[in-house]
Amino acid sequence: MKTTGKDIALNIFTWFLVLVFFFPVFWMVINGFKPEAVASSVNPSVIFTPVLDGYQTAMERGIGGYMLNSLIAASLSTFIAVALAIPGAYALSLRRVKKVEGTLTFFISTRFMPLAAVILPIYIILKNVGLLDNVWVLGLLYGAINLPITVWMMRSFFDEVPFEIVEAARVDGAGLYREIVRIVLPLVLPGIAAAALISFIFAWNEYFFATILTSADARTAPPFLGSFVDGRGQFLSTLSAAATMAALPVVIAGWVAQKQLVRGLSMGAVK
Amino acid sequence: MSTTSAVKAPSPQQDQEQVKKKIARTNRRLVQPAVFYLIIFTQVPFLVTIVFSTLNWNLLYPNDRGFVGFENYVNAVKGGELIPSITATVLITALSVVLSVLFGLLFAMLLNRNLPGRAIARTLMITPFLLMPAAAALIWKYSMFDSNIGMVNWLLDLFNLPDVSWSTDYPLITVVTVLTWQFTPFMMLILLAGLQGQDEATLEAAQVDGAGPFRVFTEITLPHLRMYVEIGVLLGAVIILQVFDPIAIMTKGTGGTKTLAYLLYERAFIGLDIGEAAAYGVITVVLTIIVATIALKTLFKVFMTGASR
Repeated sequence: MKTTGKDIALNIFTWFLVLVFFFPVFWMVINGFKPEAVASSVNPSVIFTPVLDGYQTAMERGIGGYMLNSLIAASLSTFIAVALAIPGAYALSLRRVKKVEGTLTFFISTRFMPLAAVILPIYIILKNVGLLDNVWVLGLLYGAINLPITVWMMRSFFDEVPFEIVEAARVDGAGLYREIVRIVLPLVLPGIAAAALISFIFAWNEYFFATILTSADARTAPPFLGSFVDGRGQFLSTLSAAATMAALPVVIAGWVAQKQLVRGLSMGAVK
Repeated sequence: MSTTSAVKAPSPQQDQEQVKKKIARTNRRLVQPAVFYLIIFTQVPFLVTIVFSTLNWNLLYPNDRGFVGFENYVNAVKGGELIPSITATVLITALSVVLSVLFGLLFAMLLNRNLPGRAIARTLMITPFLLMPAAAALIWKYSMFDSNIGMVNWLLDLFNLPDVSWSTDYPLITVVTVLTWQFTPFMMLILLAGLQGQDEATLEAAQVDGAGPFRVFTEITLPHLRMYVEIGVLLGAVIILQVFDPIAIMTKGTGGTKTLAYLLYERAFIGLDIGEAAAYGVITVVLTIIVATIALKTLFKVFMTGASR
């Protein structure tokens, strides 16, 4: 195909829009490396001597510990969601369960359940048993939030496994455990990785539960960021540095998983 | 039953029935852990929320708790906060979903071409969606919309336009902007998958038949994308209906941005009124069901009848 002038104009237009769209992220990263006075100046500058002051202040305010909490909660929730979703999705896909649709509807309606509808009893119970501000409990709850989407996503991957392979394994007398772990799972490993990454991203970014159920010990990165600005002096550089640090792990995870992202977001409906 | 059939030689029919039963039992064993986990952590709390919503229960007066029926719902309506909150929730959701679908469609069309550096452009485009919502809200509030050092006002200055104090004067716009920015990549990815699933032959045939790009778009591409738009709108609407992060961080519910999730948070954790807050939680579920149903049924008829004629 020939590249015409119209194509080139459209390419330039596209790239212009993409860069405008990406600008806030770019600006966040840049501001994190500016000295505070430069970042908070009325005249924005792109030429400056980069410093790590913002990052240093963010570290001093303990962002490392909050990110560690996020890591624990997100990892635990991902592990739970994947561990429970694999057998469930397997049965729903390759074992031709009766009432598949009913079960799948149950999962999807749970995904659509607003967190606001469940937070009060959870808060009251945790408060009464002294488990507020516990990062492991937060992980357990995130596991429930992530489970439906993981089941749906895994099911869509299991659906692609040729049924003959499963049948052959059954004819060979492979037990259920062998059939799943040895024969089918290796075929859907990329799917498991993608489902795990998406679970991790959601849990890492979650704010509502985290801000209500944690205070000091178990505080994760999002509520830490949310309460970051205390109105004392200039803060844009430190804020940008902290936001960059907190966001970076899952931004990279999402970039790596971007081929599978759409599938996870649409719960396997769009491939 | 099973012991007797084990003694007698089982007929093939009985045998088959047994196998079926065993399969069903195994299937249940595989699915049940996930189902029980969700029942414990989501269904049960929801039922308890419904019970809470019928109680007169303020954490300041824990001994003064009792059943009041629908009083919390009546108070919610009478108190004058419920209706504006539903309006705010629906308005923010509708605006953000429609705008992100439109922008998402634009970017999907632009990226579904032979663009130099397409993979990089796509990677840059999905970043806002991956960005932690709390970080996105803060960055927009302080480095984009700030009245002194924000880049939006800096841009206005370039064109000699007067400064605007966005967060205080136009809180709704700031919230919708951030949500649209975060959900445009989401819609773009879904629509891009739709565009890539288009049948090349049909498109070429239409072009050979002399259909212009506009007609190809409205008569072939849009109807083809319908399913993808539906998925995007449904998922986007259900997620944005629960929106809390940008409200809590950017506006604190001022200026018509007090969504149901934020109102519940305020009633429960600042007002300590568990009963009324629970009522808002139940209302959120009802609203979610209504919006999800309407989004699927009506919206698309209006949008798509023109295109799919």
